[in-house]
Amino acid sequence: MFYRENGQFKTSYQADQALLPIVQDRVFMVIVLLIAFVAIPLLADEYFFRAILIPFLILALAALGLNLLVGYCGQISLGTGGFMMVGAYAAYNLALRIPDLNMLVVFILAGLITTVVGMLFGIPSLRIKGLYLAVATLAAQFFLDWLFSRVKWFTHDSSSGSVSAPDLVVFGFNWNAPVEKYLFVLSTVVLFTLIARNLTRSSIGRSWMATRDMDVAAEIIGIRPVYAKLTAFAVSSFFIGVAGALWAFVHLGSWEPLAFDVNRSFSLLFMVIIGGLGSILGSFLGAAFIVILPLLLNQLPHWLGIPVSTATAAHFESMIFGALIIFFLIVEPHGLARLWAIAKEKLRLWPFPH
Amino acid sequence: MGPFIEVVLGGLMAGVLYSLVALGFVLIYKASGVFNFSQGAMVLLAALAFARFSEVMPMPVAFLLAAVLMVALAFAVEWLVLRRLVNQEGIILFLATFGITYFIEGFGPQLFGDSIYRIDLGMPKEPKIILENMFEGGLLINLEDLIAAVIAGLLVAFLALFFQKTATGRALRAVADDHQAAQSVGIPLNHIWVIVWSVSGFVALVAGMIWGSKLGVQFSLVLIALKAIPVVILGGFTSIPGAIVGGLIIGVGEKIAEVYLGPIIGGGIENWFAYMLALAFLLIRPEGLFGERHIDRV
Repeated sequence: MFYRENGQFKTSYQADQALLPIVQDRVFMVIVLLIAFVAIPLLADEYFFRAILIPFLILALAALGLNLLVGYCGQISLGTGGFMMVGAYAAYNLALRIPDLNMLVVFILAGLITTVVGMLFGIPSLRIKGLYLAVATLAAQFFLDWLFSRVKWFTHDSSSGSVSAPDLVVFGFNWNAPVEKYLFVLSTVVLFTLIARNLTRSSIGRSWMATRDMDVAAEIIGIRPVYAKLTAFAVSSFFIGVAGALWAFVHLGSWEPLAFDVNRSFSLLFMVIIGGLGSILGSFLGAAFIVILPLLLNQLPHWLGIPVSTATAAHFESMIFGALIIFFLIVEPHGLARLWAIAKEKLRLWPFPH
Repeated sequence: MGPFIEVVLGGLMAGVLYSLVALGFVLIYKASGVFNFSQGAMVLLAALAFARFSEVMPMPVAFLLAAVLMVALAFAVEWLVLRRLVNQEGIILFLATFGITYFIEGFGPQLFGDSIYRIDLGMPKEPKIILENMFEGGLLINLEDLIAAVIAGLLVAFLALFFQKTATGRALRAVADDHQAAQSVGIPLNHIWVIVWSVSGFVALVAGMIWGSKLGVQFSLVLIALKAIPVVILGGFTSIPGAIVGGLIIGVGEKIAEVYLGPIIGGGIENWFAYMLALAFLLIRPEGLFGERHIDRV
């Protein structure tokens, strides 16, 4: 069966508004989900979960949150690492100080706390625009860095400055093995993706996009910029806060503020741009690219059988990474998601191009 | 009064050094609309080159060679990156300069080594006491900082002359005003980009020499870019005087906060204070102190 919408008639409004209107897309999505939920847990080994899949999924969630803000609402933020840090430390303090609290509630509350912090730092966006705003959000990053490394209350007076997360116990079950952690993260990410997808095609998502495309015009047609920008900051921060809590609790286990430094913010912005601004799929593609590329570059001299010192390897890694970023921006400034869209367009005509 | 003036003076001189890095940002942003994140990496590369060259040859020759290297970098950037990203949005170009940053951060240390190198410009290191008759105990001044401030001042004056009085400078200002209009009167954009990246490479070299002789040439020089960014937004992306005044304000503000506010809230505030200060300024004037006022039209 070819990839066509021919002959698939929509006879109700519900069908018209379906998430995936084409049958082939639905089949494809079911296959992807089956692979993710069934095939991968059966086949993958521990290293694969720990080093690739779990970081990929959590960072994809954070990138998704950032993409809502940057790609859909047009507000560039370089404080993502700081907001992830808020999520992580909020979850840590909640779990520590209220021991009986359900883990899911902890994650949601951590997300909500991040939402408040994110909106606070989003307020300048009402006056400051573009690159000025991007740089202004760096203030959030550095301030939060300082806050969590200097104010001892947040780290529970830990002498080394690093804190450890408790076990992940949800519904009386300890999600401890890599495959269990993977399934936990995967379910969260799927849920949030669904939320994001629906938000972006609702009225709130449209008000974000109008603000992004031209904020003055959006204001004139009756979209309140305060509402659009602050909701974008709120929703994005919620996603990022949950991702931060997951990153700390599920991936790292024990961490210090350095795990969420400014480089984390930059790498998340890379993911969003290389993946594709304003594209949910793009967030995943970008996250995969940025997570897997350093691992590949790390292994490259090993595979080629060239003996190099670690310093040289690190330098070349940095050089190749930089060159590849430029290469991708030149070849496809609209991101990997755009390549996917082009492929789909081609597939629509294949194999009868006329 | 004496200690306070000392703090302010120290801040002013630190501020001049920030301005020096900020200047590189402003030059490139003015002429090509690119927010060049790699300015810090360029400072590192220039300082590394100068430090290693001056080990084997006299200092002026090393300076020239390092300058040539920065010009070569400008050509490479124009040829390999900017030319291929014409008409892209600002954010894409911004990200591309991240790519350049990563590349230089690998390339520089690979070529020149990655330990700590010393640059000895023969500047006096010991502090000096001046105006003893005016204040009790006099004022403690770091001569090295003073010389650095003078060099920075000379550089700024030189750049101002270059921008105002030469044909190239006029072309640069035209491009900064309006790309398309400049192109239509026959100013070749590609040349302008090479020139402006070379000039900012030269500024990076001077900044690298001064910072390098203060801190030693090491990888952490890259982080100076993060110090200079609040200066740029405070002064306005498009204004050279803005970079200077912004640097002075940030330098003084930071020093005063460090001395008088730091002990109260627990120290270590120099990483974010400049950003918060800049943010507070931006809330009042969103385009920076000297930035061009932007009029939105539908």
